[in-house]
Amino acid sequence: MIKFENVSKLYGSNAALSNVNLSIGKGEFVFLVGPSGAGKSTFIKLLLKEIEATEGKIFLGDLEVTNLPNRKIPVLRRNVGIVFQDFRLLPRKTVYENVAFAMNIIHASPRSIRRVVPQALSLVGISDKANKYPHELSAGEQQRVAIARSIINNPSVLIADEPTGNLDPDTAWEIMRLLVQINLRGTTIVMVTHAKEIVDKMEKRVIGIERGKIIRDDLRGAYKYHV
Amino acid sequence: MFRASAYSVKQACKQLIRNRNMCTASIFSITSMLLILGLFFILIVNINLLAQTAQSQFDTIQIYLEDDVGEEAIYEMQNEMETIYGVKEVTYIDKEEALVIMKKRWGDNGYLLDGLESNPFPNSLEIKVNKLEDADAVVSRIKGMDGIEDIKYYQSVVEKLLNITNFIQLAGMVLIVILIIISIVIVANTVKLTVAAREKEIGIMKYIGATNWFIRGPFFVEGIIIGIIGSGVSVAIIYFFYKKIIEAFSTQAFVMFSIGLVPHEFLINHLIWIFISLGVGIGSLGSILSMRKFLDT
Ligand SMILES: Nc1ncnc2c1ncn2[C@@H]1O[C@H](COP(=O)(O)OP(=O)(O)O)[C@@H](O)[C@H]1O
Ligand SMILES: [Mg+2]
Repeated sequence: MIKFENVSKLYGSNAALSNVNLSIGKGEFVFLVGPSGAGKSTFIKLLLKEIEATEGKIFLGDLEVTNLPNRKIPVLRRNVGIVFQDFRLLPRKTVYENVAFAMNIIHASPRSIRRVVPQALSLVGISDKANKYPHELSAGEQQRVAIARSIINNPSVLIADEPTGNLDPDTAWEIMRLLVQINLRGTTIVMVTHAKEIVDKMEKRVIGIERGKIIRDDLRGAYKYHV
Repeated sequence: MFRASAYSVKQACKQLIRNRNMCTASIFSITSMLLILGLFFILIVNINLLAQTAQSQFDTIQIYLEDDVGEEAIYEMQNEMETIYGVKEVTYIDKEEALVIMKKRWGDNGYLLDGLESNPFPNSLEIKVNKLEDADAVVSRIKGMDGIEDIKYYQSVVEKLLNITNFIQLAGMVLIVILIIISIVIVANTVKLTVAAREKEIGIMKYIGATNWFIRGPFFVEGIIIGIIGSGVSVAIIYFFYKKIIEAFSTQAFVMFSIGLVPHEFLINHLIWIFISLGVGIGSLGSILSMRKFLDT
């Protein structure tokens, strides 16, 4: 599903990523861990073509990201759901409208919007807040809306950049259960996180990055590598 | 395509209502710009019309004769004038005939001339020239003749009119270009305020996979709506006042001097399209310009 071939990203002489080789299969659930400044955000930005790789090739599904023309970037991003630590909801739209917006941009029919949006809202358990605005919701509720929006168009990959970073442990676990549920439907999930406890308990594949290099890749890993 | 447009129009309407004040300012600027443009347009078409009628009506030279010149002498003068190069024909109009002609021209007001004690009109000769340009040469040949009280001809008037038209056209053009630029800048700034307030939202939309045109759509439509309203208002204002002016001019004294104005139906039919295309052009260009910075990344 996701493939990095000898990918490097240089900022001047500083290598944010150097010579990364990596392959993530369809339906996998992967944690991306590492200290701050290791290159995790760079990895995501490259995948979304927010920045260009200095070297190497990146593939996402059928698309070769590294030679995708700029005007095709929207197509790439519709194939990838994204969830951020700070939720990034549209402040002037209601919960319902925020989720529907992702369908508006692919010119979905009003009819299918009316059918699919309530389903997504109920999947993330927030149907009763459909007409509220983001600022009227708790952090956990806002993250649920963001997740509903990210999966509404059935992306093959869901990328979550520290999705639990702003949440208390209980809420964080609720969000994790939601992600697992989405993963079970076949969506590949890549989650960047610092939450040691979550990574340890989930026992999923863990890819560790440090100073732009992959230092470990364990199929049923823990946050810290204990020798 | 249709869904995308429907979405844009809906969003644009929401934005317009949300930013009522700024939008009113933009509409006001477009309206005032178009009003000034309309004023020039009206001036130009009417002066053109005036120059045209003048040119066709005034290709004659009137020679007023002193009262003591006898018929004999007048016929002699007439023959002599007919030999001058450029002269087409020379007609003798005696004072009685002149009075009749004037009464006719005044139409319903002709009775005003009945009260006169004596006929104020002189005997005259009227020269028709082949070409208006020849009038000067003809007049200089006639000037020396005896018994002439006054010579009237309109070449200089017509030329002046044409000069004025040219000047107004040029000045109007320059002013209008300046005004168009100002209006574009004002609309651009209005839309830019909306856009700047939503810079973060635009970033989020891009992350979700919205194309630039999808993001631009509502702002684009917003600009177009501002343009259409602005042009509609100015057409309505001009229609109202020009009709009033025409009505005022067509009643009273003006008919006597046969001053013609371009009919308002004709004027509005032309103005409406010019205004709407200008309004829409300014509105859409303004909004696209204001978005450039936010989408080129
Ligand atoms: N725009 C940039 N310009 C220069 N250096 C950058 C830029 N973005 C990131 N970096 C550098 O690249 C490295 C990796 O950054 P990043 O991928 O954001 O790390 P992480 O997300 O793992 O904390 C860091 O050393 C950072 O300073
Ligand atoms: Mg980071």
